[in-house]
Amino acid sequence: MSERLAVRKTYKLFIGGAFPRSESGRSYVVTSSKGDFLANVSKASRKDARDAVTAARKAFPGWSGATAYNRGQILYRVAEMLEGRRAQFAAEVADADGVGAKKAGELVDAAVDRLVWYAGWSDKIGAVLGASNPVAGPYFNLSSPEPTGVVAVVAPPSAPLLGLVSVIAPVVVTGNTCVVIASERAPLPSITLAEVLATSDLPGGVVNILTGSAAEIAPWLAGHMDVNAVDLTGAAPDLAVTCEELAAENLKRVLRPAAKPVDWLADPGVERMAAFLETKTVWHPIGT
Amino acid sequence: MTTPLAEVASSTSTLRAFLHGLPGVDRVGADARAATLGTRSIKTTAKKQAIDLAIRMVDLTTLEGADTPGKVRAMCAKAVHPDPVDASVPSVAAVCVYPDLVPTAVAALNGTGVKVASVATAFPSGRSSLDVKVKDTELAVAAGASEIDMVIDRGAFLAGDYLKVYEEIAAVRAACGPGGAHLKVILETGELATYDNVRRASWLAMIAGADFIKTSTGKVAPAATLPVTLVMLEAVRDFLRTTGRKVGVKPAGGIRTTKDAIKYLVLVNETAGPDWLDPDWFRLGASSLLNDLLMQRQKMTTGRYAGPDYFTLD
Amino acid sequence: MFEYAPAPESRDIVDIRPSYGLFINGEWVEPQGEERHKTINPATEEVLSEIAYASEADVDRAVEAARKAFATWSALPGSERAKYIFRIARIIQERSRELAVLESLDNGKPIRESRDVDLPLVAAHFFYYAGWADKLSHAGFGADPRPLGVAGQVIPWNFPLLMLAWKIAPALACGNTVVLKPAETTPLTALAFAEICRQADLPPGVVNIVTGAGETGAALVRHPGVDKVAFTGSTEVGRLIAKTVAGSRKKLTLELGGKAANIVFEDAAIDQAVEGVVNGIFFNQGHVCCAGSRLLVQESIAEEMLDALKRRLSTLRLGDPLDKNTDIGAINSAAQLAKIRELSEAGESEGAERWSPVCPIPDRGFWFPPTVFTGVAQSHRIAREEIFGPVLSVLTFRTPAEAIEKANNTPYGLSAGVWTEKGSLMLWAAARLRAGVVWSNTFNRFDPTSPFGGYKESGYGREGGRHGLEAYLDV
Repeated sequence: MSERLAVRKTYKLFIGGAFPRSESGRSYVVTSSKGDFLANVSKASRKDARDAVTAARKAFPGWSGATAYNRGQILYRVAEMLEGRRAQFAAEVADADGVGAKKAGELVDAAVDRLVWYAGWSDKIGAVLGASNPVAGPYFNLSSPEPTGVVAVVAPPSAPLLGLVSVIAPVVVTGNTCVVIASERAPLPSITLAEVLATSDLPGGVVNILTGSAAEIAPWLAGHMDVNAVDLTGAAPDLAVTCEELAAENLKRVLRPAAKPVDWLADPGVERMAAFLETKTVWHPIGT
Repeated sequence: MTTPLAEVASSTSTLRAFLHGLPGVDRVGADARAATLGTRSIKTTAKKQAIDLAIRMVDLTTLEGADTPGKVRAMCAKAVHPDPVDASVPSVAAVCVYPDLVPTAVAALNGTGVKVASVATAFPSGRSSLDVKVKDTELAVAAGASEIDMVIDRGAFLAGDYLKVYEEIAAVRAACGPGGAHLKVILETGELATYDNVRRASWLAMIAGADFIKTSTGKVAPAATLPVTLVMLEAVRDFLRTTGRKVGVKPAGGIRTTKDAIKYLVLVNETAGPDWLDPDWFRLGASSLLNDLLMQRQKMTTGRYAGPDYFTLD
Repeated sequence: MFEYAPAPESRDIVDIRPSYGLFINGEWVEPQGEERHKTINPATEEVLSEIAYASEADVDRAVEAARKAFATWSALPGSERAKYIFRIARIIQERSRELAVLESLDNGKPIRESRDVDLPLVAAHFFYYAGWADKLSHAGFGADPRPLGVAGQVIPWNFPLLMLAWKIAPALACGNTVVLKPAETTPLTALAFAEICRQADLPPGVVNIVTGAGETGAALVRHPGVDKVAFTGSTEVGRLIAKTVAGSRKKLTLELGGKAANIVFEDAAIDQAVEGVVNGIFFNQGHVCCAGSRLLVQESIAEEMLDALKRRLSTLRLGDPLDKNTDIGAINSAAQLAKIRELSEAGESEGAERWSPVCPIPDRGFWFPPTVFTGVAQSHRIAREEIFGPVLSVLTFRTPAEAIEKANNTPYGLSAGVWTEKGSLMLWAAARLRAGVVWSNTFNRFDPTSPFGGYKESGYGREGGRHGLEAYLDV
């Protein structure tokens, strides 16, 4: 008897907690590192990017207003769910990166651990980046970090899961919402991650994931006047320059691509969180 | 007499609701405003004008257990002619003494235009019965005092018994007689502690019929300060706008130098406004201040710095 | 009436040269370019001095000097760098009266402000960052944070010496060297600061001052030898700078414009709120990026508040900046005056009601009376555009949520004010205002320990406090 025919998954976009196809109707073929067909993936358009920004903006007040404890719990929940789908992610990572099953599993483990690590930061980053300032006068003076708003993220083309998790987690754990352009070459883990996010108490619109061409979509996000910051970690050099120039129009915060290749397994430090945090300083007189 | 806003004093609760409904005072902001006004630089002609005005606003005061008729007579002489060798120096506004010395002061100042003010109402603590306080006032008025400086019952105020404070002021007001002595109500702001209390006590006194509100007895530290006076000047300014009745202000205690006095005049000028820059509406309760004003005045006239040996002690 | 006699601060204390060169590598050098311009006293239009407009070649020389000095300056132990900066702080304190007079002459701001606000803050800022120089390993930026290199710094004309301090003090403390361009209308205190660097025996090239206008600034910003760009000024220029440095490795911090809302709730301490509103918009003639240029007052107290505000404004004293009793000085330049007039006229033609106290205006110089617009709608230009002058737009609101919504309805996000006696309302409002500095029951307070900087189009990065170090460290 022949083997059972597999039911293939349709890979769509993730916008506002839903999984729409691209409004453009476009898709593109994603292959494994060996060149085998893996899936037809939605190719997001500028209008999809626009819709994703709208969803992210809509989600911002609720997410940034949630307690830090709540955000931490939700991120931890994401880690739990990711762990539960370890085998599926490992297979996708193996296909995408051409690594062996053991290595792929380690990369998934690292992604889970990274989420757990960032989840714990939600209610601690304020203590590290905030300050009570001893001003020379009768004033209470407190500086606290606050999320900058909607962040557009160009995820790294390599490290399709660990890299992706490593750029999304610091953005959202601090209360931002985001629109992420997944690795164009290896987008499948991103959509599977979206399925995890969709079922993990994360409010719709906090993370929006677009698959397709970063070169095509990123400039629309970088130029969007309702986006507050761009993370160009995964942008190719020319694209990064274009996006940084476009970002200047409304003075977006820009995280440039690293000067040296990023080791995603290394301790990330607080820089990625700090990059998308504003510091608000509140003064109040002290007196009777 | 009828006083504006008298209806709010119909009960403790209405009085409380009114006083606690007044806008709050932010201490740091009020201190900063007073400090900024304190940096005004008053020089040359303005300083000369200010010194003479300040002299005319002085309530020359002696309130000691050791006061004697002789001491009071000497002070009265100084009040009329602060500088015996310079006739251009104006007289002060009033002398301020204890009730038993009012006859001495009245006799000494007869026909000079310098008024006699008397403290009353179990000054300085105010700790006696209302009967005694009224009697104290009547005694001073009968002896010829044209101004009564009464103290409020700070204990009652801090206990929230605003109606008691109100009724005492109103009773003393009545004891001053119809169209009789001017009533200055001493809030003793050093014991009220907060600026919110100073504002409430100011309004309470004005509603009860005060002609003047006065900071301090001079027996409690801190006595007058610029920010406390600022809050009181805001109160009289707003009271006039609300009721149409104008009330005077008298900081007392701790004002020792010309520089201090001029800061108060600037405060009046830029808070209540120039309408209050008149001895009828602003007084400085002081004793040693007068000699400093005289020394500064002489420096401006002669160009030389003056020395204390050239001015009379009292 | 109690008229205050003139009380002018003596200007004999300052010694202004007829012309200045550029301060490069510890020396006064002649510019290679020919261009020179006069700097004037905006209160009298009297020419104070003539300054060079540094050319691209001059900027190149300055950057080269800074680059050369960087090797030794960054290698000095932090404790040694600290001592130089402490020295500078002390010299500023010793010469503060002179610098205050010079600032008021060149800028037009009242001597009361330059003496009591600017100069004490300048000295405090150097004093504060001096102390960081040997403690950087404890600042939370890693065990051995490194400086960036040469900092190119461009500063505005509203607080000339204070903005210089905000730029230079942290840069030097972190081990960077500096090329600073002061604004073309207010170069004199920066040039006096160059002399202070010499008095402090600061090694040559650590601080370089190049005067000039936009061209000079642009040359500095795009210079490939600059590792760090810091700019305070308009959002328009900030945008250009952000575009210019795009694609480079230059670290950028921007402190730009604002259109701050000062929200007065009905339970506010009204007298202090009036003072705060006055200080918010009329401090420094409103030439303040964080000025509280929009008054949002709860409708239930709007009339009372406006009466009190107008009464208070009638006591403001406009005139000679050197007079110790002046509250409102001169507008810094003819160009700025023209801009304020243009926007004020737009306010009138859009239907807002304009009011100013009776206020004699001097014959010469650049002046604008304190001005209040009532009946302003969110859609009016005067409610949206930064006027950078003594002009207040008054809007009303009904509920706390409406106040926050209106306050945040702007592309800017530098500062905001909240006035209420209710602590929970204050904290609720402060948490929702999208602004880098929230002053509650106070306004326009500054301190070297307190981070300052904006959200959104008001720029990025913070100056002041531990946060201010980040802009000058390779982290």
